[in-house]
Amino acid sequence: MAAFMDMAAAIEDNVRNGDQVAMEGFTHLIPFAAGHEVIRQHKKELTLIRMTPDLIYDQMIGMGCARKLVFSWGGNPGVGSTHRIRDAVENGWPNKLEIEEHSHAAMANAFEAGAANLPFAMLRGYIGVDLPKVNPKIKSITCPYTGEQLATVPALRPDVGIVHGLRADREGNVLFEGIVGCQKEVILASKRTIVTVEEVVDDFGPRSPNAVILPHWTIGAIVVVPGGAHPSYAQGYYKRDNSFYIAWDKISRERDTFLAWMNENVMSKTAAAFAVHGKK
Amino acid sequence: MSLSFTSNEMMTIAAARALRNEDVCFVGIGAPSAACNLARLTHAPHITLIYESGTIGTRPNVLPLSIGDGELCDTALTTVSVPEMFRYWLQGGRITVGFLGGAQIDRFANLNTTVVGDYHQPKVRLPGGGGAPEIATNCGEIFITMAMGKRAFVEKLPFITSMGHGVTGRERRALGVKSKGPTRLITDLCVFEPDAETKEMKIVSIHQGVTREQIAENCGWAPSYAAHVGETPPPTAQELEVLRDIQARTKAAHAA
Repeated sequence: MAAFMDMAAAIEDNVRNGDQVAMEGFTHLIPFAAGHEVIRQHKKELTLIRMTPDLIYDQMIGMGCARKLVFSWGGNPGVGSTHRIRDAVENGWPNKLEIEEHSHAAMANAFEAGAANLPFAMLRGYIGVDLPKVNPKIKSITCPYTGEQLATVPALRPDVGIVHGLRADREGNVLFEGIVGCQKEVILASKRTIVTVEEVVDDFGPRSPNAVILPHWTIGAIVVVPGGAHPSYAQGYYKRDNSFYIAWDKISRERDTFLAWMNENVMSKTAAAFAVHGKK
Repeated sequence: MSLSFTSNEMMTIAAARALRNEDVCFVGIGAPSAACNLARLTHAPHITLIYESGTIGTRPNVLPLSIGDGELCDTALTTVSVPEMFRYWLQGGRITVGFLGGAQIDRFANLNTTVVGDYHQPKVRLPGGGGAPEIATNCGEIFITMAMGKRAFVEKLPFITSMGHGVTGRERRALGVKSKGPTRLITDLCVFEPDAETKEMKIVSIHQGVTREQIAENCGWAPSYAAHVGETPPPTAQELEVLRDIQARTKAAHAA
């Protein structure tokens, strides 16, 4: 049953050092406010799982939260490198980072397998490429009907799944619209779950009967954080802050400018600081 | 009257011309996205553009910075989840053309966007494959657009992120892959197509004002030429105007 909580308590109750944590949102609805709280609480040794690590994991990895990264595309979209992830992989700063690398198709399938309570995912993929040579988790299976060889990856079953949704009703059901990524799969695949939302409403109002809604009984904690996906975006609330994504390239390129930015904008703030971005 | 244009504009325009009105195209971010939208705004108004974020039939007014900008969803026919996109639409065989870019390419149009140097001790860590490994084999055919240069067009890739025609040109058939793979490579200097027999990418047309010496200087292998090499038709006034308009709109939107 979903419990409405404040950000600090939700992270404290659900994220433990050493956990496997998936914070999803495919470009849209990335839970930045939750990521910042994890950094403020100095969580360590996490295995961070995300298809596109994006700036959120660049920040968490640069601040020393992670031991391992599971991912499928690790850049700043349309801009260039995620410099903090590169520094960790290439130079071990601030600590060594183990990587487990997949393709998008494999990770999307692995989240879906986790939600479907299956042990592994199967796909027609990884053909003629080098990733299976460096990631021993990529294996294959022979179709019992046709004899075709298909690629397999283990299901993703994170200890904690964290996503950002648009709005919750008073009961704690959460509505998603727009680019829905694998938000639903991550929540249904994870042992403990936190969903941050833009607002709480009395009623969702007129909607398609096929609207993407996670029922309250699939969610552990709900945190109301207006603007909580910035500089990612929330459909119908605020746009992706592309100028910040461009600016991050310079902020994150050097360790000292990165640390100064984190101290000023994360360590000395609370989740309430996101409210300024949350206006419609 | 001849118009002035940059080599980058020529590349985007030549890439756009490769697309057809009836194509269902899986669009990579960056140069492919510009080419695909230019095609939609010029000769192929009914082309279906699909981005891996789940947007199907999208008609953005400005080019997206990321693969999942709200603009793509706002202007799409429908938006599906990411697992559905990769399972039903890509793996399901619904895509006629995948349009890719890359950091490095070899003569058989295999691509590397993963790493330079050893995988475990990388000299340069690149973003990785994203959707490309499965786009490369599950789409009907593949178009690639990349600017030439000796660091990009290399004799041997340190890592194969997505398969073109394989390291010998014979791997697709050997691995049971039925799609065509890379059928066109559009660069800032020329256009390549695969040899019917060997599958090595061969130059079929050279952009206006470009010399074979210039191409050789920017290619890490000795490039082969097709029996008949033409000149790429230069951009038309309409192509240049539409491209410059969307790039100006995009720049203004991303700076806001």
